[in-house]
Amino acid sequence: MTALLRRIAPQLLTLLAVLVLVTVFFPGFLSVGFSGDRLVGSPIDVLKRGAPVALLAIGMTLVIATRGIDLSVGAVMAICGAVAAAAVDRGWGLGAAIPLALGAGLLCGLWNGFLVAVLRIQPIVATLILMVAGRGIAQLVTAGQILTFSDEGFAFLGSGTFLGLPVPAWAWILAGIVAGLVVRRTALGLLIESVGVNLRASRLAGVDSTVLLVTVYMISGLCAAVAGLIVTGDIRGADANNAGLWLELDAILAVAIGGTSLLGGRFSILASLIGAMIIQSINTGILLAGFPPEFNLVIKAVLVLMILMLQSPRLSDAARGLATRRRRTDEGAAAPRAVKEAPR
Amino acid sequence: MLLEARGLLKRFPGTVALDGVGFGLAAGEVHALLGENGAGKSTLIKCLTGAYRRDGGEILLDGQPVDPRSTFEAQELGIGTVYQEVNLLPNLTVAENLTLGRQPRRLGLTSRRGMRALAREMLAGYGLDIDVERDLGAYSVAVQQIVAIARAVHLSGKVLILDEPTASLDAREVAMLFEVVRRLRDRGLGIVFVSHFLDQVFAISDRITVLRNGRHIATTEAATLDRVRLINLMLGRELEQATTHGRTAHDAGAEVLRAEGLGKRGRIAPFDLSVRAGEVIGMAGLLGSGRTETAEVLFGAAAADSGTVRDAKGPLDVSTPARAIASGFGFAPEDRKTDGIIGDLSVRENIALALQAHRGWARPIPRAEQRRLAEDFIRRLDIRTPGPEKPVGQLSGGNQQKVILARWLAMNPRFLILDEPTRGIDVGAHAEVLRLIEEMVAGGMSLLVISSELEELVAVSDRVIVVRDRSHVAELTGQEITTDAIVRAIAAPGANLEAAE
Amino acid sequence: MIRTLFASASALVLATAASAQVVGFSQIGSESGWRAAETTVTNQEAEARGIQLQFSDAQQKQENQIAAVRSFIAQGVDAILLAPVVATGWDAVLEEAKEAEIPVVLLDRMVDSDPSLYLTAVGSDLVHEGEVAGQWLVDHVADQPCRVVELQGTTGSSPAIDRKTGFENAIKGHDNIEIVRSQTGNFTRAEGKTVMESFLQAENGGADICALYAHNDDMAVGAIQAIKEAGLKPGEDILVVSIDAVPDIFQAMAAGEANATVELTPNMAGPAFDALKAYWDNGTEPPKFIQTESKLYTQADDPQAEYDRRKDLGY
Repeated sequence: MTALLRRIAPQLLTLLAVLVLVTVFFPGFLSVGFSGDRLVGSPIDVLKRGAPVALLAIGMTLVIATRGIDLSVGAVMAICGAVAAAAVDRGWGLGAAIPLALGAGLLCGLWNGFLVAVLRIQPIVATLILMVAGRGIAQLVTAGQILTFSDEGFAFLGSGTFLGLPVPAWAWILAGIVAGLVVRRTALGLLIESVGVNLRASRLAGVDSTVLLVTVYMISGLCAAVAGLIVTGDIRGADANNAGLWLELDAILAVAIGGTSLLGGRFSILASLIGAMIIQSINTGILLAGFPPEFNLVIKAVLVLMILMLQSPRLSDAARGLATRRRRTDEGAAAPRAVKEAPR
Repeated sequence: MLLEARGLLKRFPGTVALDGVGFGLAAGEVHALLGENGAGKSTLIKCLTGAYRRDGGEILLDGQPVDPRSTFEAQELGIGTVYQEVNLLPNLTVAENLTLGRQPRRLGLTSRRGMRALAREMLAGYGLDIDVERDLGAYSVAVQQIVAIARAVHLSGKVLILDEPTASLDAREVAMLFEVVRRLRDRGLGIVFVSHFLDQVFAISDRITVLRNGRHIATTEAATLDRVRLINLMLGRELEQATTHGRTAHDAGAEVLRAEGLGKRGRIAPFDLSVRAGEVIGMAGLLGSGRTETAEVLFGAAAADSGTVRDAKGPLDVSTPARAIASGFGFAPEDRKTDGIIGDLSVRENIALALQAHRGWARPIPRAEQRRLAEDFIRRLDIRTPGPEKPVGQLSGGNQQKVILARWLAMNPRFLILDEPTRGIDVGAHAEVLRLIEEMVAGGMSLLVISSELEELVAVSDRVIVVRDRSHVAELTGQEITTDAIVRAIAAPGANLEAAE
Repeated sequence: MIRTLFASASALVLATAASAQVVGFSQIGSESGWRAAETTVTNQEAEARGIQLQFSDAQQKQENQIAAVRSFIAQGVDAILLAPVVATGWDAVLEEAKEAEIPVVLLDRMVDSDPSLYLTAVGSDLVHEGEVAGQWLVDHVADQPCRVVELQGTTGSSPAIDRKTGFENAIKGHDNIEIVRSQTGNFTRAEGKTVMESFLQAENGGADICALYAHNDDMAVGAIQAIKEAGLKPGEDILVVSIDAVPDIFQAMAAGEANATVELTPNMAGPAFDALKAYWDNGTEPPKFIQTESKLYTQADDPQAEYDRRKDLGY
């Protein structure tokens, strides 16, 4: 438990700092109230609006832990949203639309996994294919239009409320818990980390890396499918051109802020989810603060840069060194070394 | 002396890669540099070419001390290097590759005509008749190799270092390359030739220097050296006329496994292997002779393209490591860092990994049980670690090796392959690993031990298989097992050592 | 299939009878619903006039367009319609057309070439669209104070800049109307909704907002959902005015959830054909820029009928 806390402490502190910063510019930011039987307020908006990136970040964390990357998730969102909207549009009902969309997501993941694990194409190239082609596929499904529908059940997925909380917030929280339990209560997490650190050695230890890699890309596809259902339900229409556009980058950013190395290995889904909330807090904060829109991207970039700089190992080493030196000079040149070296 | 190194010292964390090594190269000679893996050949070359900064010693070129800080500086000084993998650009033309960085200019622009002329001039005297306007990648590796040499000679002009230049050439191409090397030697260049093909070394070299464990062992005229003596120098064993098998044989039981006609084209010729319960099979051979390749086809790390493996009950599937493991095999590879340990993961996770992979992801080994397993092996194998949660990458080499042994012992395989189990570990750990081998065999496990340490093989093996030229060429049993006999078997001149394939 | 055959056969008969004019049309592509609708309407307008239309889809590439125009010149068509994908690089091919005495009419977008190289250009005035939208709001709220939130198009794009300018021109001098928040919604439905949620949050749950001005209908449709989910009535509690007149906004208007939209007509070809006819008949030179009408539609204009009329145009 303490190990977990130590792992996510930098992310929690960063989130806290961002929340404080936004509150300075928009004082009402942290207030939450009831409107009827549902919670309203900016924190709730963050939980809701952060859902797509948070969901993508779950799958992305696992993919990145295997030393891969999945650039296609934004396009997969568009495909799955389009498939679900098309199913509902034809009157097949939500009972068919959801399994079809999730199936489409799994299929996309299977394709990526096949390219990466079987054909051994570099993940960034392999998933780039679907990233580019995916929107085209989604446009074929929607015939190039924004495919709108009026199915209340489907809209509920994107904009409904359950027990006071928005459905999208439930979706990512539940998905995060399920994914966390699955990877940590089974051996999946260990095997993923092992493959990410040293694929060759893992294979020689008997790890079936092919199945494992295909599995993580399929999980990523599944997460993208859920995210696609949510954004499609939210606007009651499948927008093939814009659904999930650039969200793969936010998802990668969330994983990076969450402290999982892009070189694979140790990962934390919880930290990635906090990373997603940090990003969404910044997004929502920028909208609420009322700056002219020309500043949006610059502000976001500066904040993200600051966060990543604070987490940079070299900078923190330097900061520690600086603190040590200052303490040493404070205590006088002759004083013994005050800082104990960490045991090797 | 054209190029001379005195008392070169190079340390890496935990090891001394060069320990006061001296090396002298005369103008107009081909000087072979030999040694097993980890002997210090490549470190020496990298110090000479500025790729590494040395920690001590001096380098003299034409009697003047030099201190190249990069391969570029070394080139400027006159020391050029050509590596096994040609490091030119296959998608540029031959002329562009040759003149890159010093294209002839006219009116400030690259002159294609000037470039062609310069390229032809540079290639003159190499006996190559090629179109310099075609992409380099369109030509064979041998031609590319010669183009790389031409470039290096043109840029540097005094010393040419050839690092395993023949590794991917066939016999005809080797002959072509050697023709070029002889011409350059006759022009007065000093040439350093690194190779582990002994026939080639004898064919081309004037002098031979042998390194072992980061130390200079010997420098002799090639003409006065014979093959057996050279191998002894490389493996560090003086010819022992009367060394006999160190101890009594294990009580080998019935045959538990049999490989028939197992092989993979280009890696290891088909071989038969019979394994009995509780015996140690030693495997000896020079680097690249096919010993690791034997292990790889047995374990499915490189799937065999011929032959079968069977036990008393029937055929076994060893086409992938996971399947070989399911058949009761284990494999501790030669290169621990890249093939063995999962550096960032803990000792506990590394020990549990094979067992967990075998059980499948859905049947996790409970954390408490993993811990018990790890603590048990830490005690039994005396693994020096602050605890089971320490990342294994931070342990010493010997302790990493023990962690990998623990990983396999946890599986309790019937047949375990140990490739260079004692390489790069200190003396104490060395003895412990040998003790562990005895323990495992006493428990009925069968072992295949691959090693360059001949005394070690003599001490532990019930049988020794000698590999040469990607074939199993000899099998020694009982009293036949002596370092002398092994060296002779390795040294027996092969039909064609040059042609790898 | 048979019907198309029959239709084209009869068109051919008609055309031959009137010694039909042949017009080449080089379209950019079909990147948006509006572009698809423009292609559909151009075909309809040509058919109605008995003009034989040669259609060429450039798939967003200028070289395809130049090739298409050259092939039209080689065929000796009577006129060329060109919706240019970029503004520059047209001089040579336009000169070739001029030498061949084939009039060229630009649709929807302008080029940087000398105006003498083309007959006329038909397009909308983005600033004017914003002005029409602003004027509607000015007329609608009269003297009541009105706090407006604005959903901008993609930051830096010319529709976003011009539609903002036009709206601000219209409300200038009406101090009761004030733009209190302005953010980009990137012309998309999803961002329109997200940004509107933050507006509602920031403006007292929406109670302080009198009207929404969206630079396109898609963002307005998203924002309408956000308003509804916040428990307010779009069209009543918060007025909604936007631009483009795509089918979905008429559906919202029919439901009373949107108040007004300004049409960016996909019918650029109609005015172009009219100008060409006058030119062919008696050599009348049209003005160098023909501005299409930026027609205002409100709930009073039978939105359901407008929806039905548009829904099959390919939007």
